[in-house]
Amino acid sequence: MAHDLVAARVAEQRRREAARARTPLALAWRQLTRYKLALVSGAVLVAAYGIMVFAEFFAPYALDFTDRSLFYAPPVGVHLRDAQGRWHLRPFVYAYRLVDRDLRIYGPDTSRAYDIRFFVRGFRYRVLGFAPTDIHLVGADPPARLFLLGSDQFGRDLLSRMLFGSRISLLIGVLVVLITFPIGLVLGGVAGYYGKIVDNILMRSVEVLASFPTFYLLLTLASVLPATLSSGARLFMIAAVFSLVGWGGLARIIRGLVLSIRELEFVLAARAAGLGDLRVIVRHILPSTTSYVIVAATLSIPGTILGESGLSFLGLGVQEPSTSWGLLLAQAQSVDVLTHFPWLLLPGLAIVVVILAYNLLGDGVRDALDPRQRSS
Amino acid sequence: MIRYIARRLILLGPLLVGITFVSWAAIQLAPGSGDYFQSLVLQYPQISPQTIAALRARFGMDQPPWIQYLRWLWSIVHLDFGLSFAYQVPVTWLIGSRALNTLLLSITSMVAAWALAIPLGIYSAVHQYSVADGALNVSAFVAISVPSFFSALLLLYAAFWTHLLPLQGLTSVTYDVLPWWGKVLDVGWHLILPTIALGVFSVGGLMRYMRNNLLDVLRADYLKTARAKGLTERRVILRHAVRNAINPLVTLFGFELGGLLSGAAFVENVLGYPGLGRLILEAVLKKDVFVVMGSLLLGSVLLILGNLAADILLAVADPRIRYD
Repeated sequence: MAHDLVAARVAEQRRREAARARTPLALAWRQLTRYKLALVSGAVLVAAYGIMVFAEFFAPYALDFTDRSLFYAPPVGVHLRDAQGRWHLRPFVYAYRLVDRDLRIYGPDTSRAYDIRFFVRGFRYRVLGFAPTDIHLVGADPPARLFLLGSDQFGRDLLSRMLFGSRISLLIGVLVVLITFPIGLVLGGVAGYYGKIVDNILMRSVEVLASFPTFYLLLTLASVLPATLSSGARLFMIAAVFSLVGWGGLARIIRGLVLSIRELEFVLAARAAGLGDLRVIVRHILPSTTSYVIVAATLSIPGTILGESGLSFLGLGVQEPSTSWGLLLAQAQSVDVLTHFPWLLLPGLAIVVVILAYNLLGDGVRDALDPRQRSS
Repeated sequence: MIRYIARRLILLGPLLVGITFVSWAAIQLAPGSGDYFQSLVLQYPQISPQTIAALRARFGMDQPPWIQYLRWLWSIVHLDFGLSFAYQVPVTWLIGSRALNTLLLSITSMVAAWALAIPLGIYSAVHQYSVADGALNVSAFVAISVPSFFSALLLLYAAFWTHLLPLQGLTSVTYDVLPWWGKVLDVGWHLILPTIALGVFSVGGLMRYMRNNLLDVLRADYLKTARAKGLTERRVILRHAVRNAINPLVTLFGFELGGLLSGAAFVENVLGYPGLGRLILEAVLKKDVFVVMGSLLLGSVLLILGNLAADILLAVADPRIRYD
């Protein structure tokens, strides 16, 4: 009797464990953790977005800080051992000294070492837009400049500007997903659900959009944005342009999925229960496409980041004084600048790292969520 | 098959009308950003309003937008793309050679990418889970993550310091006096840098696609049969597996072309290559409306024809595919 009870308990426990292990989320998580690269990429992205949120804290200099005497300064050398051969406890930098006025070649002024200080006071800002403070992660006393990644043609700190620029570069992808996905889902759902004439009209428009070389269309649309827009409004307009061009692909695939889902019995049941069409589409049909949508969203973000960088690179995206990685990279466009001041290529590296992280994460997420598309 | 092609070509008409309408609407959307003539007045205030009005009338820009559109559409039917505001020459003169250059660049990139990606994909699939496979996979991911403008900048940097390749343009200064074979060599020489810059992206995607296709095919029963017959492994892979794995790649052809046309716009701008992408950027900045419309239209036609070619190729390559 007691034995039976124990056996029943054990069986019950096993059943529970099995049920817990088999929830789709748990399965997906287990799959995802098998892909170490995807996890590392996820961590890189979390770090990038974290740094972006607290950009002012990490940036040694303000967005509009310029030192006109130090344009095209190379990355500053961080030392522990000074010119006299003494070791220092704190890492330090030297002030810049202009060696060749014509070729803009700088050398270190080794007469005095300037300690790199942590949690220093600098320009004032508000953490997350409210708590006012002036504490920054690192800094050095003037006249030394902590240009860790060098400076640009106006003597602005490249690292600080990359940190501020990450706001636009990283957010535009998310912003565009937030606009296109609801549109693509609803239009694709409606087209697939109703079929016939609605479907025809929507899908023909998608075809027209898909017939353009995407970037030509982006270029044309971005060029008609008025030059008088504020930088915030401009960002939203650019996001709108990307959304206008980008909703079609998603809508077409959702339509295809909905075409098959709408024949399933649970849809019939929902309709028999007397639910309205929109409710059936949004509450019953579209949730079945979730795993596909998550994958598509992850993989669409790098494309948008690429597009924004490209537009800004050509001068049609974000405008000075605000900045993005593409706009920063645009400074390196001329052969002379590029070859003599190669640190200006670093924003491009940031773009590559973020896009790579998104691609690897997206690939891992696809394998985890959607076994049919698994890429061995 | 012929009926299918005919139907696609007939559908091309409405599609083109849709495309021209979208491009026209895109340009007309501009709220107060001014057109070419307004910026002309800003640049040269001494031009009299009468001259501007006459210029407007000459280009038909004094009409309401929808009349302008219909007029433009009507002239397009007669293969007349209108005049460029900035250069005062027919748009066809400007676009023709530029489109050919872009097509040349896209095709060389595509050929180079396929020639490199397919062997790499085969190697990677056959040696699945080996170190080389892992390295190739990671490299492929890096390749698809490098924007073409960045790869062009990096190549420009490398070419400047190594002095191996010309940095800008499609031809040397001496191009006009070269014999015909010298001209071909000269263009080929100038094409190397942009081809690599543009092709890197495609190689990554194609390689992964080829690898995955081949891995699917390698599990198929008919390969067991082939091995059971006693064929050499080399023959099994090359004659039986690869042939079947390559078919689906043909569908990528059209998709690739779209990506290449867009990517080429950057490479052309960074490397000073005289192509359609650079033309459209210049025209867009100058608000040279007819040139923008013409480039958009031509780019789209290239893309549509590329897609059609891909569909036909697929049917030719794979007898299982039938377009009723």
